[in-house]
Amino acid sequence: MHYIGDAFVLAIKLIFTGDYEVYSITARTLEISISSTLIGALLFVPLGCLIYFNNFRGKRTLITIIQTCYSLPTVFVGLLVFLVFSRAGPLGIFGIMFTPQVMVIGQIVLVGPIVTGLAISALSGVSPAIRETAISLGASRLQSVWVVLKEARFAVLTAVMVGFGRAISEVGLALMVGGNIRGYTRVLTTAISLETGIGDVALSLALGFILVALALIVTVLANRFLKVKEADVAQSRAPTS
Amino acid sequence: MLKVERLHHSYGKAEILKNIDLDVERGEVFVTIGPTGSGKTTLLRLVGLLEKPTSGHIYFDGHLVNNSERQRLEIRRRLAMVSQKPAVFNASVFDNVAYGLKIRKENGASLRHKVMNALDTVGLSGYERRDARTLSGGETQRVALARAMVIEPELLLLDEPTANLDPVSTSHIEKLVTEVIKKSDMTVLMSTHDMFQGQRLAHRMGVLIGGEILQTGDPREIFSLPQSRKIAEFVGVENMLGGVIASNIEGIVDINVDGAVVEAISNLGVGEQVYACIRPEEITLARTKESTSARNTFLGEMTRIVMFGPLARIELDCGFPLVALITKRSAEEMNLQIGNRIYASFKATGVHVIKK
Repeated sequence: MHYIGDAFVLAIKLIFTGDYEVYSITARTLEISISSTLIGALLFVPLGCLIYFNNFRGKRTLITIIQTCYSLPTVFVGLLVFLVFSRAGPLGIFGIMFTPQVMVIGQIVLVGPIVTGLAISALSGVSPAIRETAISLGASRLQSVWVVLKEARFAVLTAVMVGFGRAISEVGLALMVGGNIRGYTRVLTTAISLETGIGDVALSLALGFILVALALIVTVLANRFLKVKEADVAQSRAPTS
Repeated sequence: MLKVERLHHSYGKAEILKNIDLDVERGEVFVTIGPTGSGKTTLLRLVGLLEKPTSGHIYFDGHLVNNSERQRLEIRRRLAMVSQKPAVFNASVFDNVAYGLKIRKENGASLRHKVMNALDTVGLSGYERRDARTLSGGETQRVALARAMVIEPELLLLDEPTANLDPVSTSHIEKLVTEVIKKSDMTVLMSTHDMFQGQRLAHRMGVLIGGEILQTGDPREIFSLPQSRKIAEFVGVENMLGGVIASNIEGIVDINVDGAVVEAISNLGVGEQVYACIRPEEITLARTKESTSARNTFLGEMTRIVMFGPLARIELDCGFPLVALITKRSAEEMNLQIGNRIYASFKATGVHVIKK
């Protein structure tokens, strides 16, 4: 068990000595996961709205399918993306296999169901009376949707955060379509996988600590954002009469 | 201003509204009154263009409302609705009230001025920074009212705005509504299940029972001349004596009620099955049979007395049940006790005759 302690020391050392390799892997990891989460949020929160605010045949079935996709295996998504973007695949002409771009695309596919599904849940948590109130005060369809989205803002943010969690922690897809190319498509998870494979458990653990630390930082930042909001509310709740 | 023609609405198999016709003039306060579940809210939702009717037409300011979203939005921007349990946005009181103005592209000083004015009108100055979700029921209702008024709608729809409030908040809201109506030429369509509230606020009333408008007229008319048993029951006519017209001489009828004869004014013919409706406050009580102009006097035994506030409600058995409402002071001075035999009188003009 002594190597847990060693790894921890190593992790600290790697971080504070400014180890170029570790920093570039970390930066690449954040770059890819944040891009895929942001693009995913921009695409799938509106999709969630579209599904939630429209009534159509098979809506329930669609939502069930989306929820099922929460647990889509990352290697399976990796395989699909691989088939689509490999030289012989339908989008092979783009030649983006084994690039960060294709990793972002893959992760977008991965976070899509989660962001869409949780956004739908977030919206359905808002009383329908809110939307009707907006409409009765003269809101257009789009304006009324915006009101509901604003009411659900914290829950929607949570949806995006969960999506980010999935993106930053997955390894199967990154390995399959990214190829773990050093200095190019190597991210924390693939690096850990590789280092463990070649026996450098201490480095793996150190990278693992960094990954957890990143998750922690992001969570703390998001929570602080929410807390600030809550404090606002708490302050305004103080009775004035 | 608002015209509703042959409006029908159903949810699945349940028919909520049947053949509603309505005509509300500009500047008028029209109150639909009816028991809970009679379709009042549905009618307001249809007029507020939140739902589309199963069939029938709605005209707003002379224009037929059609199915085009664009036209519906345009019309919706000229009206505002306050519901029974208003929802507030998760935002400050100021932002709640400002919402309608913001989506009408109003901003800056004029927006602020209008919102502050509206808050002042509803007595919520100083509340603008409060989280709207922390307000009490009465305060929430006032925010909802301010939020609707601030956009200066041509037609204001109020759905039982005081149904969930205590008496103090209720009278506050009623006062506000009256003030607002006086100040502007707003047309108001309001629903309530409170007969007295209807009387206090309405220029005209429509009685909505079981999805149908059974009677429209000014509040006094509905209160004193209900057209059917259902309406009479709803407006609180406690004495409804079933009988048959035995004679009609120049509009003065004798109604045979289980052997007793009640004199009344009616143009219905002999043999008609009718109800003789007498409001409890129209009945006077006496220890001895006095000679008065009242055409109907019956001797009865007092079976029950209930005091509430300054009034005493007395039930008599005159061969048929009769309820009288007198002041507590009268009851005390007459020393009325259960079992006493007393005379109950009412004028022929105090009897309202409706067909069975």
